[in-house]
Amino acid sequence: MAQVRLDHISKTFASGDEAVHAVDDVTLEIEHHEFMILLGPSGCGKSTLLRMVAGLEDPTAGDVYIGDRRVNDVAPKERDIAMVFQSYALYPHKTVAANIEFPLKVRGVSKSERAAEAVRAAEVLGLEHHLKRKPGQLSGGQRQRVALARAIVRNPAVFLMDEPLSNLDAKLRGDTRAELVDLHRRIDSTFIYVTHDQVEAMTMGSRVAVLNEGKLQQVGTPQEVYDRPATAFVAQFIGTPPMNLLPAGMWGSETVQVGIRPEHLRLVPGGPLHAVVRQVEHLGHEVLLFADANGTRLVSRLDPTSFLPEVGDPVAFDAEPGRLHRFDPESGERIE
Amino acid sequence: MKRRLRDVPWAVVMLLPSVVLIAVWTVYPLVKAVQNGHLRCDVTGTKCVDAGWGRYWDVFISAEFQHSLGVSLKLMALTVPAGLVLGVGLAVLADKHLRGIGVFRTIFSSTVATSVAVASLVWFVLLQPQIGVFADLFSGWFPVLKNPGLLNDPGTALLAVAFSSIWANLGFTFIIVTAALQSVPRDLYESAYVDGAGNVRRFTNVTLPMIAPTLLFVTVVLTTRALQTYGEIALLTSGGPNPEKSTTTIPYLIYGRNSIISGDLGTKSAAAVLLFVLSLALALVQFRGLDKRVHYGR
Amino acid sequence: MAADTVRGARKFGRYTLLVVLAIIVLFPIYAVVLQALKTGPDSLDHPRSLLPVDLTLSTIKAAWTQGNLGRLLMNSLFVSVMVTLGVVLTSLLAAYAFAFLQFPLKGPIFVLFLATMLVPAEVTVVINERTADALGWVNSYQGLIVPSLASTFGIFLVRQVFLQLPGELREAAALDGVGHVRFLWEVAAPLSRPTLGALGLFTFLGTWNAYLWPSQVIRGDRAHETVQVGLERLKNNDISKINLVTGGLVVAALPIFIMLVLFQRQLVRGLTAGAVKG
Repeated sequence: MAQVRLDHISKTFASGDEAVHAVDDVTLEIEHHEFMILLGPSGCGKSTLLRMVAGLEDPTAGDVYIGDRRVNDVAPKERDIAMVFQSYALYPHKTVAANIEFPLKVRGVSKSERAAEAVRAAEVLGLEHHLKRKPGQLSGGQRQRVALARAIVRNPAVFLMDEPLSNLDAKLRGDTRAELVDLHRRIDSTFIYVTHDQVEAMTMGSRVAVLNEGKLQQVGTPQEVYDRPATAFVAQFIGTPPMNLLPAGMWGSETVQVGIRPEHLRLVPGGPLHAVVRQVEHLGHEVLLFADANGTRLVSRLDPTSFLPEVGDPVAFDAEPGRLHRFDPESGERIE
Repeated sequence: MKRRLRDVPWAVVMLLPSVVLIAVWTVYPLVKAVQNGHLRCDVTGTKCVDAGWGRYWDVFISAEFQHSLGVSLKLMALTVPAGLVLGVGLAVLADKHLRGIGVFRTIFSSTVATSVAVASLVWFVLLQPQIGVFADLFSGWFPVLKNPGLLNDPGTALLAVAFSSIWANLGFTFIIVTAALQSVPRDLYESAYVDGAGNVRRFTNVTLPMIAPTLLFVTVVLTTRALQTYGEIALLTSGGPNPEKSTTTIPYLIYGRNSIISGDLGTKSAAAVLLFVLSLALALVQFRGLDKRVHYGR
Repeated sequence: MAADTVRGARKFGRYTLLVVLAIIVLFPIYAVVLQALKTGPDSLDHPRSLLPVDLTLSTIKAAWTQGNLGRLLMNSLFVSVMVTLGVVLTSLLAAYAFAFLQFPLKGPIFVLFLATMLVPAEVTVVINERTADALGWVNSYQGLIVPSLASTFGIFLVRQVFLQLPGELREAAALDGVGHVRFLWEVAAPLSRPTLGALGLFTFLGTWNAYLWPSQVIRGDRAHETVQVGLERLKNNDISKINLVTGGLVVAALPIFIMLVLFQRQLVRGLTAGAVKG
């Protein structure tokens, strides 16, 4: 039995004459203690999906199950979930301790027990020394940890997070990523985490669900999604620099779109793909070669010690047959 | 859907007190007053006959109403321009960084603390004929102060009421105009200064246009207050030296103890509704008319 | 800035002007206070000097007893406090409904509420007096308090503040299981304290200073009169007793003056909240 199950979930917003399909027939199962990432560009429906699990939005169609319970009509507070918002949503006029205690206060937990639980949660996140302060006196990272502590203190079955790292600066983001993964390991909850950042998705998730324009593109482990993308969209969304996608006909006799990751596209004199070098970027540990093949932009990753052409040189590329990805030019679906 | 109706019971509970109170004490009276305005009653106010909408016209053209309308309009003409000019003048004067300017600002704002009753009685005391302070000080120039006293002379009674009103409203006008002046960006003044504009020109070209919306607001408030002048009349002149009734404004006509129609429910209601309509019309006119100036500058 | 600084003779001139005007504005208050403090309640001594000498509290004391000022002040205080509490409470509730609840026709209902702000007291007092009469509330505290317990302006103001609270706060609270009453009491209201304070101050002042309604609903009942209405009694036919009025005025106006000195900032902020931008 999955911890969270979304069964043909759709959410439509009516706006004037047009209906916006924020979420379009998504079916997804999330297992116990998974760290599931909902990944996609802005507007792809990932936040809406999360909010439907939380109960902050009602699905237009489909069912939401938590455990074996259908929770469509169940209020958020009864769903055994906790949520961390992008802006943390802390009560500015309450102390850190009061913020963390609040969910327990609402449930009628006694004062002494509340205080003890709050201290416990604070310790998990390294906030013991800030309990008497107010959110306004804390840094962004600390505030985020307060939001996490407030969520932990309820021991929820499911932990929902909506782009929690996007308000932090780059350095802090890296540190906090590691802390979140560690947190997941230590507590017994299922994490559902929304982000548009594929690096976060790849490094943190046990599985990744990629969404675009309301539709679920693919679900799989980070490696699966990287090695065998199910659609052209996923192929280009995951991986930096993005996969080279060649239009039909450009690679030999292929009548479909061909995708080749930059690290698999190699300079081979006499190879089937001809291009002209446009730019060479030296990154120290590798070199990125940008070339133009009849209007299509190609990126290739090269070893810095190999022979490097100059800008303007004509070059030829080749790739191992096993490294080619094929996609239908109309639907974008993967072709085996 | 289900969510939409989930909050309805709560909404009803939370809105109920306000709805009931406003319905009983604001909506119902308005409706009833409009209805009562149709009634033509006898002198004792006990026998009333429904005379239809025409009754409003009858009341409007009646001698009493016309007289009171005149008094109200005169009062408006006396208090609004003067109040505006004084308020703006003081605010502009005090809008400079001088040492101790805060004390002056507090003094000029102070009349906002006076209630209608307090302000009126203050002037009642000061304007006492024979023994009032003003009589003592100025009767050499203005003998009327001593005999029969500004409040008792039909020619000056309304003027005296106007003084009292202007003084009482000064604090309010001063505070609001000062706030508006402080929100004018200083660099507009500097730029005008650099362009060679002197004090007067800076005032007309920078200050006035920038505070115009506030001035409009103040004008509407002062006008409304002038039309609603009741307490001052009740305490200072009880309707004005008789028999001229020089200070019987429309509100006093409706509520005053000495008012001729004090028992006549039908006429009172009609007059009250007419006053409401008049205030609304004036406010609209001011918004339309002055609003154009506000937006298009000159 | 050169445009702003005022130098030398101009500075002197400006100060002079300010002083003269300040004297003119303050003069009525000064004269009345002085008259209240000089010589006895019966004195017709005049022309009076304007110097603060020969001061005595006997006039004020006489005014206090003869005008029953203690009772008047208590009545005003009681009524003002009750109305202020009532307005803040009803405004909180109604504003919460408009800001945080979803229900059909919310928009049109709010517009209707707003429309009632246009209706001035002058129209409603005529009928309200009869309503109070029918309820037996003439010459009573209920008559003074109940009609003023709801304020559309208050609802408007508090709703504004509530709408400015971050939406995620309400959602996070919902997830925590926080119900409406608790959210209102523990989150929304505390976070709106400045506005609630300004609303309370204005309501208190407005109620304390009110003249029209109290003068209509209290007719001759000295036990229930507010200060504004009762003060008039000191004004009687015996002109020699005119000093009593000044004594009464000092006592009546003092509380408000003190309040305003204490709350000057909030008052100014409240008055200018809507006015400056027009």
